Amino acid sequence: MHDLVEVTDAGLYCAAGDFHVDPWRRVPRAVITHAHADHARPGCDRYLCSADGRLVLRTRLGPGGVIDCLRPGESLSINGVRVSLVPAGHVLGSAQVRIEHRGVVWVITGDYKTAPDPTCAPFQPAECDVLVTESTFGLPIYRWPDAATIGAEIDAWWRANQVEGKASVLFAYALGKAQRLAALVDPSIGPIVAHGAVTKLVRAYRDSGVRLPPIDGVPPGARKVGHGRVLVIAPPSAAGSRWLRLFGPVSTAAASGWMQLRGVRRRRGFDRGFVLSDHADFPGLVAAVEASRAKRVLVTHGSTEAFARFLRERGLDASVLPTRFFGETPPGETAQPEDDADGTGDSIADNAGADGAGTRAAAEPADDAAGALP
Amino acid sequence: MKAFADLYWQLDGTTSITEKVAALRDYFRSAPAADAACALAVLAGGRQSRAVPLPLLRREAAAAAAIPLWLLEECYAQTGDLAETLALVLPPADEIAVPAAAALVPADLGLAAHVERLRDLRNEKDEEAIGAFLRATWRVLAPRERIVWHKLLTGGCRVGVSRTLVARALAEVAGIEPAAMMTRLVGRGDEGAEAFSRLISPVASAADDLRPYPFFLAAALDVPAAGLGAVGDWQAEWKWDGIRAQVVVRSAGVALWTRGEDLATEAFPPFATLQRRSGRKRVTKGLLAEVPCVFVAYDLVEEGGDDLRALPLGERRARLERLLGGAGATDAPFLPEGDEAVATGRLFLSPLLAAPDWAGRAAARALARDRGVEGLILKRRASPYGSGRTRGDGWKWKIEPLEIDAVLLYAQAGHGRRAGLHTDYTLGVWEGEELVTVAKAYSGLSDAEIVEVDRIVRATTRQRHGPVRIVEPSLVFQIAFEGVAPSQRHKAKLALRFPRIVRWRRDKGIADAGRLDDLRRLCRTAAPTEAVP
Repeated sequence: MHDLVEVTDAGLYCAAGDFHVDPWRRVPRAVITHAHADHARPGCDRYLCSADGRLVLRTRLGPGGVIDCLRPGESLSINGVRVSLVPAGHVLGSAQVRIEHRGVVWVITGDYKTAPDPTCAPFQPAECDVLVTESTFGLPIYRWPDAATIGAEIDAWWRANQVEGKASVLFAYALGKAQRLAALVDPSIGPIVAHGAVTKLVRAYRDSGVRLPPIDGVPPGARKVGHGRVLVIAPPSAAGSRWLRLFGPVSTAAASGWMQLRGVRRRRGFDRGFVLSDHADFPGLVAAVEASRAKRVLVTHGSTEAFARFLRERGLDASVLPTRFFGETPPGETAQPEDDADGTGDSIADNAGADGAGTRAAAEPADDAAGALP
Repeated sequence: MKAFADLYWQLDGTTSITEKVAALRDYFRSAPAADAACALAVLAGGRQSRAVPLPLLRREAAAAAAIPLWLLEECYAQTGDLAETLALVLPPADEIAVPAAAALVPADLGLAAHVERLRDLRNEKDEEAIGAFLRATWRVLAPRERIVWHKLLTGGCRVGVSRTLVARALAEVAGIEPAAMMTRLVGRGDEGAEAFSRLISPVASAADDLRPYPFFLAAALDVPAAGLGAVGDWQAEWKWDGIRAQVVVRSAGVALWTRGEDLATEAFPPFATLQRRSGRKRVTKGLLAEVPCVFVAYDLVEEGGDDLRALPLGERRARLERLLGGAGATDAPFLPEGDEAVATGRLFLSPLLAAPDWAGRAAARALARDRGVEGLILKRRASPYGSGRTRGDGWKWKIEPLEIDAVLLYAQAGHGRRAGLHTDYTLGVWEGEELVTVAKAYSGLSDAEIVEVDRIVRATTRQRHGPVRIVEPSLVFQIAFEGVAPSQRHKAKLALRFPRIVRWRRDKGIADAGRLDDLRRLCRTAAPTEAVP
């Protein structure tokens, strides 16, 4: 007997409903967990996403393709398979995909975090028979500090930089982390300025009803911005770019779960590293698996082998979800400066090695170009 | 402990010299003297010993974190740092259960008190008591303090800060010149609160009577020697293959200090040491006979209580010759390695090369390998005895290294900054149809190349033995080395001295790699004895 959801060349596929979840290539019908480039690719005919993620997904995809939406509690029957979306708490509009067919329930988590985030709906556990969970940070060394503590650290760093007349440049993934950071810091300290890749998503967030402090873009032709007082939020690809010179002397930092590791912090070469992730930490992953009450668990992304073995030893039928990505990638590589500072982008590189890096590189230049003004 | 952990992370978190010095200064100003003395010893990279067996520590940490041991090992593989791994897997302090019988640890215990506790722990053999000790301490330490404490616990606390920066910071605290502080710091371990107070006193102390002067280090010559100017301005000596040392003879007694600033007086009656003997506290008669030592004198930096370092080298040398000539010392002869005839404890004078021009000196240098020395040392006759590695007045003019192309056979993951990347390579050359290992090499590749090699290692792994991967031979590296010596460690029965990777030979296939016979020809068991030119 076939599983309700299988891995094909195009990604996770539900044959009974004839749709894909976060497909790797163009397909007729794609159910999207969230709008990050490694989960939402342009070129499909129809997309299904959560209602609060619609504007963000459209911003990412550009024109083309029909986007259908579901609100929490709503469901849709696709060829007799019941599909609903449950908030995943990863970024605005992120959802777990619940698939029910003939009394069997699968839940595909996509990326998720269990910690609170004012810029998106909180993670909700979804009971199921089979859970497909991510495990980007599936090792017990990953245990996140409270976001408020990190916010206070960032504020202190920003203030200290102001005293030294330096702009504070914070590298973070343009979708999700950047907005979360803007909402986390104390905007009374000084003006917040964002890279073009970030501001267009800020717009999508605001239009979706998320409250954010004032965030300025950099006007075309600007020569000098901020006079050492600003907090600049930019994607990691802006590190070392000409665009950064607009701000004069700077202190740089990255906000990511990988910053938990001293070796990664050092390799990245930023002045500071703040531990802030949009993925669940190890206790969060374990809690989510438990809350799902799933008997069978398939693990994907990151520390898959270790996390699956850990679950097996706790009595679950857990295994690694085979994906098209093979080979192993150490943290040394996921931590290269060209990668995202966020676990999001890295998670694909975990399984993909060079392949994953290439995929993302192809997906991201549009962002860089938008921000590389003047 | 919190103050020291803060200092550790401040130093770790910045590359700015000004910020490092400021952090050190602020710490030394505010820390209690006992803690400061202890911190100074740690910063100086003094020898530390492990207070608890690592397997026991791992077991206790895994139990406290409620994870299986194998998962702890997975975590260690990802971080490459045991102290950090343990700190990160442990739950927050208030979730750590402490056995009722365990002695409670005060939350605000200082560095010195922690180090004292660790010293006592070394004598504890009862595993349950050690476990209780660990839990009670984890219970009062925040994660960032735990990492530092674990490093003290495992005897591997290294801080990326140079002696010069520490001296600058302490000089600011004491209100004296950094050079004077450098001198006070030489050979200093943890000498307690009182000694630290003397150290940061504006007035020099008589208790520092047997301390040596900071060593003056020559830089590698990177321009043609003839470009240094008139040959007569430069004194040339052989660069002997030995351990640099300084003998201090003052009214307080006699002390022998090695360049690593270890006190080696006991290791060498009457004073010098050689490679196999250094690091040993007591030297047996057997070892003395097996590895005899001589002391070759180069310079005189103090005489009759006067600091001579500011005098020109020419004058210091003249005084040295007068002093040692009076003691009957002669020029050091070339001696075959392992020659039984070497007189133990003999004092020699470093002979000067007489060659009147650069060509003659170059010719002498070319013979260095045959003589068992590493090349020449050039010193400006008019120069004072400097401190540290100051460029300009002293040069190492070493013989060109030997080179061979070798094939990557095994790779092992590195630690620290290179954690998770395969950076430790074991290399081999051809013996008939077989590749045999001859060297282990670590450095010489760029970061980008390291990542690329790592990828190839992972993709071509044939077999894994713990952390070591046996790879499909495909990569050829040009390696440089200083010589070849017989060895029982490698299958090839010889080992390369100071092997390091010069470059990755992408243009070569494994068939182009060197042969063991080439190395055998270079393997010398004894140097011919010849007269000094």
